[in-house]
Amino acid sequence: MNDSLISYTLHLADTTLILSQKNSEWCGHGPILEQDIAITNISLDLLGQSRNFYQYAAALTGGDATEDSLAYLRKEREFKNLLLVEQPNGDWAQTILRQYLFSQFQYLLFDKLQTNKDEQIAAITTKALKETAYHVRWSSEWVIRLGDGTEESHTRMLKALDELWRYTGEMFMPAGYEKETGIDINSLKDPWLKKVKNIFDEATLILPEKVFMQEGGKKGNHTEHLGYILAELQYVQRTYPGAKW
Amino acid sequence: MFREPIPGQNGETLHFPKGRLIKIMDKEILSFKQEQKKLWSILETVTDPEVPVLTVTDLGIIREVKISDDEIEVIITPTYSGCPAMDMIAANIKMALLENGYQKIKVTSVLSPAWTTDWMSLEGKRKLKEYGIAPPDPKQQVCKQELFAADEAIQCPHCNSWHTHRISEFGSTACKALYQCDDCKEPFDYFKCH
Repeated sequence: MNDSLISYTLHLADTTLILSQKNSEWCGHGPILEQDIAITNISLDLLGQSRNFYQYAAALTGGDATEDSLAYLRKEREFKNLLLVEQPNGDWAQTILRQYLFSQFQYLLFDKLQTNKDEQIAAITTKALKETAYHVRWSSEWVIRLGDGTEESHTRMLKALDELWRYTGEMFMPAGYEKETGIDINSLKDPWLKKVKNIFDEATLILPEKVFMQEGGKKGNHTEHLGYILAELQYVQRTYPGAKW
Repeated sequence: MFREPIPGQNGETLHFPKGRLIKIMDKEILSFKQEQKKLWSILETVTDPEVPVLTVTDLGIIREVKISDDEIEVIITPTYSGCPAMDMIAANIKMALLENGYQKIKVTSVLSPAWTTDWMSLEGKRKLKEYGIAPPDPKQQVCKQELFAADEAIQCPHCNSWHTHRISEFGSTACKALYQCDDCKEPFDYFKCH
């Protein structure tokens, strides 16, 4: 039980950390100042959430484990994040869509985890849910603005959808440790699809059907992108082990 | 630093009920209640490094102060999961207590119950406005998830006009959104409800 709880906590920690890292790449590069600030604020929220999860995972693991050792010293195959969040930023449309598809899922998931029997998971997600509500609102407004915007923005959203949709199925395919922690992840699929369809209708986008869904992230089988992300994220601790500042 | 029981003024030993902790400092005998009062008044001097007009007690992030035989434990809760000011706030709390003669101090962060802007004091809200930041609205409308919801009426902290509009949901720090006044044209921060 404890092992699966650690794995599940790490899955939540890794997913929020990697999306935070990807979003932070927009710092100083956002399309306009306010949106640059918005995406990096979301990045900061996600980083805070991931720290809470890592601290808890470290406490459960015991020994020398710390939030830093878990984030900086685990290898690619040990990371359990969703494939969706490690996908490239692409253009603004792709970043927005990735954020929306994830935030909408995260909102439903954390809403459920608020009442989890594990008190710390419940506490972390209750806190994070308030932040996630802002992420959902902000990103869904952007999905509509771009989808129902100009021909150019609509085309870019279609391209982003084509890139990212195949990574959404994994969110609802339970890993072994998810089953063992008693979280019925599959039950979130229909509510999620319903929410996404509402937004897509407004955004004049069509919900893709019959797309082959990729999976593996939860088990440590990642797309080629994660290695590059970790190479950057872990560089200092790998090059100067134990460096402090 | 803390002793129980302590000698009384007439030389006899005074016994205090279990759980009532007594401290002797500067020959001053403080009851548990006075001790708490003193600790809270010290905490009232610790400010938020990002919004320096607010103290940690105005923000409502101090949840409890525990006094045990040899240790003061201050329980704090973060405003936002990723609030970068929390480490500094914890350090400042320790400093303030050290300066006041306390030696063994522990600052513990807890997440539950989750912080809400409802815990911000009225005095805190008044100070925020004076500082030029619109205080959080008591009615938690902005927290709702509905998209393109009609912008909540936020009062301009400069000219008090209600004709304002939201520029961005996210502002200079995680806890603020960016607004502009349509009358005096000044942009301002709004401490968003949470």
